Amino acid sequence: MLNLNSRLTRVAISIAKSLFTRDYTSICRAGYTPSTRNYCLQPSFQQNLLTNLYKGAMFEKHNFLSTTASNNAAESGSQEKETISVTFVDKDGEEHLIKVPIGMSMLEAAHENDIELEGACEGSLACSTCHVIVMDVEYYNKLEDPTDEENDMLDLAFGLSETSRLGCQVIAKPELDGVRLALPAATRNFAVDGYVPKPH
Amino acid sequence: MLRTRIFHSRRWLCRSFSNILHSAPLRVCVVGSGPAGCYTAEKLLKAHQQAQVDIIDRLPTPFGLVRSGVAPDHPETKIVVNQFSRVAQHERCSFFGNVTLGSSISLSELRKLYDVVVLAYGAESDRNLGIPGENLKGVISAREFVWWYNGHPDGRNLDPDLKSTDTAVILGQGNVALDVARILLRPTAELATTDIANHALAALEESTIRVVYLVGRRGPAQAACTAKELREVLGIRNLDISIQESDLLLTPADEEELKSNRIHRRIFELLSKAATSRPRHADLNQRQLCFVFFRKPDSFQESKNSTGHVSGVRFEKTVLKGAGPGKQIAVGTGEFEEIKCGMVLKSIGYKSVPVDGLPFDHKKGIVPNDEGRVLSDTLDTAVLEEGLYVCGWLKRGPTGIVATNLYCAEETVSSILEDLEKGALISSTAASKPDSEERKLGSLRNKPREKLATWNELLTVTSEGTGYST
Repeated sequence: MLNLNSRLTRVAISIAKSLFTRDYTSICRAGYTPSTRNYCLQPSFQQNLLTNLYKGAMFEKHNFLSTTASNNAAESGSQEKETISVTFVDKDGEEHLIKVPIGMSMLEAAHENDIELEGACEGSLACSTCHVIVMDVEYYNKLEDPTDEENDMLDLAFGLSETSRLGCQVIAKPELDGVRLALPAATRNFAVDGYVPKPH
Repeated sequence: MLRTRIFHSRRWLCRSFSNILHSAPLRVCVVGSGPAGCYTAEKLLKAHQQAQVDIIDRLPTPFGLVRSGVAPDHPETKIVVNQFSRVAQHERCSFFGNVTLGSSISLSELRKLYDVVVLAYGAESDRNLGIPGENLKGVISAREFVWWYNGHPDGRNLDPDLKSTDTAVILGQGNVALDVARILLRPTAELATTDIANHALAALEESTIRVVYLVGRRGPAQAACTAKELREVLGIRNLDISIQESDLLLTPADEEELKSNRIHRRIFELLSKAATSRPRHADLNQRQLCFVFFRKPDSFQESKNSTGHVSGVRFEKTVLKGAGPGKQIAVGTGEFEEIKCGMVLKSIGYKSVPVDGLPFDHKKGIVPNDEGRVLSDTLDTAVLEEGLYVCGWLKRGPTGIVATNLYCAEETVSSILEDLEKGALISSTAASKPDSEERKLGSLRNKPREKLATWNELLTVTSEGTGYST
């Protein structure tokens, strides 16, 4: 009896193992046909390549963040409480109140606080994915007018509104304390609001 | 006693199986590693903790058009590669390059191997004009030209002749047309510091092309480009811009269109400004860009000196006619004119290519789909191809920017999740689950299998494989 139980346990464990590990799928894949096996040789090369790319990306990203961090550190050394309150309202309407150091962009602030704001071009004014809507016109008016370059990108933003801005271009300053920013709920209506260039 | 022990063991084992199967991986294959594929993988990995995503691509290099479509002088647009690399590095994601759907592996094979297959392989062919002379030498598609200067391995042998003419005509006024015009007209010293392919840079350095025509069927109020690209081409150093001021007269219908379209409004303003501001060094500039509106290509002329080679394009003048609210189409007037040139780049749109076993709407050039779910029949939205989805250009046609795919992928992924929750997805892997469970249960009783003989048991086993209980 005892024997049977322990045997069962072993069987179950080995099944669990094979189901949980990635090897399981690899074995299936490699065993599939001889022709696919050839292609399985590719990933190791490719992944090296990707790893390098990835490392490059991380390095840049890290640099970018740490520069900001040290700037903030220097500033907060001279002046205490150099932050403002910003509320992000996400796609589900949930509110996130965060503190943002003066001088930091809303894109960086969102990322540092795990708020889901895309930033495909990492703040280089080449996309519109960090689009935010300033919920109060009074606050919108406290911002400097968007440049032509920002407007060019806002042209392509989904769910564009009268008070839309790019998160990477909104920089925290004392007058913005208490600002509320909505993330456009664009999931379902991209075909309606989105820019679709007409075929010529 | 023995019986009850076995019974208990079995129940315990069943429970264990359930638990294991409950967290069994959802195996997903994404075909194509461009923006649509990468965003789909990213959203899936985030939304489904058991999803294991394999991305395959026919090229050995990932990222699709971010690598071979985005212009070399737009490095900031390519920064998104950082994000896509993080996706490919994800522990539940693998990239397999050099695997071609349709030749390395068929769609039906792929569907047998994976619970979910998402096709995001874009549009790798071109729309045709279908007019005489389209096959003359010197008439090429802008897509091929873009592949050539971006180092796509299939564009390597294009070898466009840039040395036997001083004039190129680009058909179309979208962003691809503007990219191509910019590459032809921009000082090569500025291109040399980009990631442009070396063979292209060498050919452009020796290029004799000095005049480029950008020709559109409709007017400046309908141009299909975006402001950034237009601003850029208008700002090229030592370049004369030519726009007929008479083309800039707006009809009430144009004004109505502009009122409701911010992009077109801003494009029109940029073109108007460029038309009225005199070039600073008129006549001194060696290069010229001419915007030509209201012209529809009628035929390509063959050169008399060099047989089989293009020597010009014959255009029919057009006027705009209302075609529904806010939409005007170009219709021919019966009046013709010719532009002499030694090179023509057709930038009138990309086209997707179907693979065996894939429903395809040849009229629209896309896979018929309902929010990303592949439909078996273009006309009937009720019949779905189980476990098969589309995203990106293959799903909605070859338009939009990188970020358009973000929303496109969100839609496709939420369709997948909805189907999983509904238990609508009982595909290959799930379908093999009763078999393995039956064999295992049978082995406990010295039988080949213990059949699961009720609907309830069968559906429980198959749906648990999806990671959701029903």
